[in-house]
Amino acid sequence: MSDPVSSEPVLAVDGLSIGFQTRRGLLPAVRELSFSVRSGEMLAIVGESGCGKSLTALALLGLVPPPGRVTGGTVRLEGRDLLALDEAALRRVRGARMSMIFQEPMTALNPVLTVGEQIMEAILEHEAVSRKAARERTLALLERVRIPDPERRFAEYPHRLSGGMRQRVMIAMALAGAPAVLVADEPTTALDVTIQAQILGLIDELRREQGTAVVFITHDLGVVSRYVDRVLVMYAGRKVEERDTRDLFAGPLHPYTRGLIAAQPRAGAGAAGAERERLAEIPGTVPALAAMPPGCAFAPRCPLADARCVQAVPPPRRAGSGLVACHHAGETHAL
Amino acid sequence: MLTYLRRSAAQVVFVLLGIALINFFLLHLAPGDAAQVLAGESGAATPEYMEALRRQFGLDQPLHVQFLRYLGNLVTFDLGYSFRQSLPVSELILQRLPATLLLMGTAIGFALVAGCSLGFLAARRAGKLTDTVISIVALLFYATPVFWVGIMLIVVFSVILDWLPVGGMTSVEANLSGLALVGDVALHLVLPAVTLGLFYLAIYARLMRAAMLEVYGQDFVRTARAKGVRPRRIAWRHVLRNALLPIVTTLGVQLGSILGGAVLVETVFSWPGLGRLAFAALFQRDLNLLLGILFCSSVVVVLVNIAVDLVYTLLDPRIELN
Repeated sequence: MSDPVSSEPVLAVDGLSIGFQTRRGLLPAVRELSFSVRSGEMLAIVGESGCGKSLTALALLGLVPPPGRVTGGTVRLEGRDLLALDEAALRRVRGARMSMIFQEPMTALNPVLTVGEQIMEAILEHEAVSRKAARERTLALLERVRIPDPERRFAEYPHRLSGGMRQRVMIAMALAGAPAVLVADEPTTALDVTIQAQILGLIDELRREQGTAVVFITHDLGVVSRYVDRVLVMYAGRKVEERDTRDLFAGPLHPYTRGLIAAQPRAGAGAAGAERERLAEIPGTVPALAAMPPGCAFAPRCPLADARCVQAVPPPRRAGSGLVACHHAGETHAL
Repeated sequence: MLTYLRRSAAQVVFVLLGIALINFFLLHLAPGDAAQVLAGESGAATPEYMEALRRQFGLDQPLHVQFLRYLGNLVTFDLGYSFRQSLPVSELILQRLPATLLLMGTAIGFALVAGCSLGFLAARRAGKLTDTVISIVALLFYATPVFWVGIMLIVVFSVILDWLPVGGMTSVEANLSGLALVGDVALHLVLPAVTLGLFYLAIYARLMRAAMLEVYGQDFVRTARAKGVRPRRIAWRHVLRNALLPIVTTLGVQLGSILGGAVLVETVFSWPGLGRLAFAALFQRDLNLLLGILFCSSVVVVLVNIAVDLVYTLLDPRIELN
């Protein structure tokens, strides 16, 4: 992709570990996750439910709900380690330098406040501006996310808006402080396919215009492949592969990534070769947090697994445009 | 709004008709009638005398005739005549109604404000000492019988400390007027209102705490935190507004029962309200008076419920009146 991407990462996550405190001890949910994004860049974090991707998103803003907690690592935003900040300092970062949009636009907005009030709040909590100025900016934001008739929508309550409109309101809210980083946690999952494309297009357009770095959390590789620069694949709390989008689709190195890509339905396939083109699936399920195997977490489901995979966690290795964590990386494409 | 009021007015008519029907037949199911009680008290219960009494009060008519006559009277707000008190029922009720409404209103207001504040505080300090203390106190109030609380409050604040009057609504000896009278009534009101309110205070405190904690777990609170809203503002603006909805619902349901609670409190504090009047009417088989009181309290409860519905629409924009 040929966007103007600066070289210095605006967000750098290093060795991030998150665990759940339980009676039987600490269950690790995310282990030593590292990645970075530059201004104007869009990174997708992809994985199955329960792989720790949403938890990672929340950890970036210091919002991991108990009994979960961050157990190690750093999250550097514009050079500052957010995990070292106290709650008050963190609050000033949230919604101002880094903001987040969520999966469920139906429940993510407060039902008893108008959408205008909720967007204005994001401005007024961070800046000493008059209500009138905040209102003007809110109307501009609503227009920016292409909500028709902003004046009227401003005074509307969330239940009067469609799912797509609510997600636009969420985006407007997230953009209110002109953040350096936008974290989007499955923002299109709950929407119709056509609306999905619109919302994705909008996020893509905004990051190009405003140079916002976007961390896009999703379980659906296909949805984001057109828009993201890089893909980070997570499995059972670890990064298993991170590559430029084009390279990843051209030649996935980790057997899990290959499985994910093979499990994508392709347009045009079907009718003609319905029998041959049966959608591939990855056999088995993700291991439970409490029953994590000592070696590679994917080994029980992996066609290439051998004795080494069962014993030792594969360390991440350089591979072309990115990294892969597999003892058999790139050995064979036969699956 | 107008459509809503018109529709609820139609509902009110049906509800009141139903209440009148139930009241009337329930009371007639009980053995004995006013003539028997009157005759029993006078000590001369000859069949002729009882027959005369019944004819005089229309008690010899068939039930449905008595009921239709009762309905006809209700429409003109003629609630009949209390043969025991020798006064029209409507007059008796109007004498007592303000005292009861004052007591109920004060008790509910006190319970709402104090209960919600305590619940709010407990939820904001969930799991901490403040929360534990509030929860235990609320449980205590919840479990203590109303009459016992009343008597204990009298013992402590009237007898031992001598801060507040023992009972009644005004001081008998003084002939007060204007502001002095208001102050005097307010002083008399404290103990009965607190007694009646404590139980409801406990309910609202517990409900408010639970509702707040539930709302704290909602997605939109996470959204508010993610956009950097101050915790204080989250509590007041995002959580409180939503947590008030179940409180209002409960309030509507409880207004009927608080009228029942008023009977006990009015008796303990000799408060000249409807509750005590109803209590007396029940024991004296003063059928007309009892029916009148039941009917009037139904009207109050129905009207208050409509008001609660209106408040609900103010709090929750998702509920629309039409």
